[in-house]
Formats: sequence, structure tokens, C-alpha cells
Amino acid sequence: MKRRLHIFSLTVLLLLFLTPLPVSAGNNADSREELNVKEFILEHLADSYEWQIVSNGNWHLTVPLPVILYSKTSGWHLFMSSAFQHGATAHNGFSIASSGKYKGKVVESVNNGDAVRPLDLSLTKNALSLWLSSLLVIVVMMTVTRSLRRNPLSAAKGFIGMMEMFILSVNDEVIKPSIGRDYERYAPYLLTVFFFIFTNNLMGLIPVFPGGANVTGNIAVTMVLALITYLTVNLTGTKAYYKDILWPDVPTWLKVPIPLMPVVEIVGTLTKPFALMIRLFANIMAGHSIVLGLTMLIFVTVSMGSAVNSTMTFVSVIFTVFIDFVELLIAYIQAYVFTLLSAVFIGQARMESHGKKNVLTKEEQL
Amino acid sequence: MSLLTPEPGLIFWMLLSFGIVVLVLTKYGFPVILKMVEQRKNFIEESLLSARKAREELSKLKETSEALLSKTRLEQANILRETARLQEQLIEKAREEARTESDKLIVSARQQIEAEKEEALLTLRNEVTLLSVDLAEKILRKKLGTKEEQISLIDSLMEEIKISQS
Repeated sequence: MKRRLHIFSLTVLLLLFLTPLPVSAGNNADSREELNVKEFILEHLADSYEWQIVSNGNWHLTVPLPVILYSKTSGWHLFMSSAFQHGATAHNGFSIASSGKYKGKVVESVNNGDAVRPLDLSLTKNALSLWLSSLLVIVVMMTVTRSLRRNPLSAAKGFIGMMEMFILSVNDEVIKPSIGRDYERYAPYLLTVFFFIFTNNLMGLIPVFPGGANVTGNIAVTMVLALITYLTVNLTGTKAYYKDILWPDVPTWLKVPIPLMPVVEIVGTLTKPFALMIRLFANIMAGHSIVLGLTMLIFVTVSMGSAVNSTMTFVSVIFTVFIDFVELLIAYIQAYVFTLLSAVFIGQARMESHGKKNVLTKEEQL
Repeated sequence: MSLLTPEPGLIFWMLLSFGIVVLVLTKYGFPVILKMVEQRKNFIEESLLSARKAREELSKLKETSEALLSKTRLEQANILRETARLQEQLIEKAREEARTESDKLIVSARQQIEAEKEEALLTLRNEVTLLSVDLAEKILRKKLGTKEEQISLIDSLMEEIKISQS
């Protein structure tokens, strides 16, 4: 009873607190054209040259990031993204395209008026977020390592103890059973993958500055991860694994005139990391989209009157909180699945002879 | 769609940052953690094993000590019984010996007394004989003039004595 009262008063407070906000936003929306929800969400899912914290109308609070470009005509360029003044102006012939094929990216205007994309190595929002997460992962893991080194025979307490349990649970329940024998060779790498993905997922859930970047929901990031898994699987395989791909146990006519089965098998090795790449990317991006969409509910309903707007604000906040909890779960699950499937693929490539060792080959179940 | 095309710039940064993370953590991080945890696991296992062994040994020791104690107790009782028996025997024997000894002593004393009595009697008789001879001589010196008379007289007297004696 007491608890219910607590929740009730909390929601009332939330409503009171949140109602004035859409009103002011509404004033802005009235003065501007209709809010483009799709554009807004896509813009927030994409990478950007500056790290936006708060924007209100034409006023922006952002963290400027370095832009690094190599142009075929004018060589290397390095300047801060604040030079673009939030996409409004050009700098040294470079500007952020507002439409077309390179929308949102830096393009260079060449003499004939065409926009050409230079080699863009800018430290973007996602790149900086990657560095921050990397630093965080390294600091946390090195802290655990140091504490373990200091007193190796006593059980750690607090955060370090928790991390230790976490590491061991991933090691013992994901990596060890999936790879089988000589899993020790791969365990450090797979643990790194797990904690790297997990940290980036969690950082993506924090809405303000050090977090909020859609890092693991960016296909370039998941592509690199999947590529490394692909190389690990296919460069450390056993003879039996390669034989299974190039000369599988099927009737000879399926292999000899036209190498039908070998082609299928080789494509099969490619689809596995491809699925890994798409799964992580799509899951995290979808999570971000849902949260953004639910938040947009508030601003979309401004024009429908304050009663509808208040109700939708309430619904939006409740749903966003709920989805954020689900996202926490997904942050773990996707890191887990990526690690598990990488381990399973490695385990398959380490098989002794055809179909002998691996039990966990049903990766499609997940 | 731009969301589905990987940016080369981000691929570069990802390779760099992730590469560094992998390098650091697979070299100095996770192998150390896993090794230390393994070491601790072994240590705990060993400790448990040795504790169990120690407990087993202790119980075994207790058992043996118990057995030893009961055995000792039995032995003690045996010894006590034996001692009592021996004591009794010894006393009995001593008593027996004392009895025989005293008997022997009595016998020998009696024999000695007898012998001494005999001797005393013999001496006495000799004494008496000599005395009587002396006496008789003195008497006969006056009465018997000849030697033959004297001897015959003595003989008759002696005969008489012998007869009376036996």
C-alpha cells in the first residue's frame, strides 16, 4: 500500500515536472516548420562531427571534435568541427552536405561545383566514444588485474569481486563449453570482445555527453568485430575444418566438375560473421530508435492540445524507462551472443574430425 | 542508406582503439586474471583436501589411541591380577619355607640334643667308670691283695653294671 502510494506520488511529480517542458518546446515548434521525426531519429542514430549536449532552436551546446581530412587536391587538413558552426558554414572549401548522397558528411567542393567526399579520418562522436569506452575497459580490467596480483589468494570484495565473477562467468559458461579443448588460447580475446561490446552498449544507454553515441549500432564497428572473428576462425582452423570446407563429405559429382559444395561452404563461412555483424548492429540501433521514437512522442503531440500532450508525455516517460531497462538486458545479451557465437565458430574450426567434437552448433537458435 | 554503409574513418578508429584494447588486455589483463583465479582455485582445493586429510588422520589417531588405551587398561588389569596372584603365591611359599625351615631346625635341634645327651651320658659313664675304678682301687687296695682277685672282682662288677644299665 505504502509502495503504491509512493509510485503514485512519483508519477504525479513527474507529470508536474514535465508538463512545462513541452509547452516551451511547442512554442519553438510553432515558430519553426513541422518537426520531421524520421529525420530527427536518423540524425541521432548516425555519426556526427560534434558531440551535441543540448540544442534549443538555434542555440547549441556541443563538444567540438577534430576533423581530419585528406583531399586529393589539397592534401591533409585538421581543424575543429566548430569551424562548421553546426553545419551552417563552409571551411576551406569543406562543408557538411545537407542533402544528397553524402548527407551529414563532410564534402569538398571542387572546381566544377561537384561535391567530392575526401578521405575522412575525423575523430567523430562515435570514434571518441570508442576511445572513451576503450579507456574505461582497460582501466577497469587493469584494476581487477592489479588487485588480483596484489593478493591472489584472498577473494576480492566490492566492485572488483563483482568484475571477477563476471569475467569468470563469461569464461566458464560461454567460452569454455563452446570452444572445448585449448580454449585458453582464445579466452583473453573473446573476453575482450565481450567487455568491449558490453561497455559500448552501456555507454550508448547514457543519454548525455560521455555516453549516448550509437557505437555498437554503427555498422563500421560491428564490421570490424565480425571481421576479426572471421579471421580468427578461419586462420586457426584444424585440417579437418579446412577439409570440410574444400572437400566436404558429399557425393563426388557435387564437387568435381563444378565445385558446388565447396562454394556453398565458403559462402557459409562468410554468412556466419555477416550475421554477427548485422545482429549486433541491428539490435543496438533498434534500441536507440525505439527510445528516440518514444521521446519524440512528446514533441509530436504538442500540436494536439495540452491534455493529449500531458498524457502522451506520461506514457512516453513510462515506456522510455521500460525500454531502457530492456536495453540494459539487450546490452548484456548482445555482448553475450556475439561472444558465444564467436566461441562456437572457433570451436567448429577446432574440430578434430567431421562432426565429432561440437555439440553447440545450433547458433541459429539464438 | 548511410546507416548501412560503413564509414572508412570509423573503421580506422575502430581498428586502432579496439586493437589497442585487445593488445593490452590479451597481454596484461585477462591471462593474468584467469591464471590468478585458477591459482586461487587450486589453492582452495588443496586446502580443502589437506584439511580433510588432516581430519581423517586425526580421527584415525584418535581411534588408535582409543584402542591403545583400552588395550593398556586390559593389560593393567591383567598385571594387577597377576601381581595379586604372585603375591599370594610368594606369601604362601614363604610361609611354606618358613614352616619347613622351622621343622628342620626343630629336628636338628632335637638331634643335637640327643647327640649331646648321648655324649654327656658317655662322658658321665666314663667319668663314673674312672671314678668307680679309682674308688674301687682304693677300696680293693686294702681288701684284695692279689691281682687276680682284683680283676675278677672288677669284671664281675662291670658285668653287673652292664646288666643293670641295659
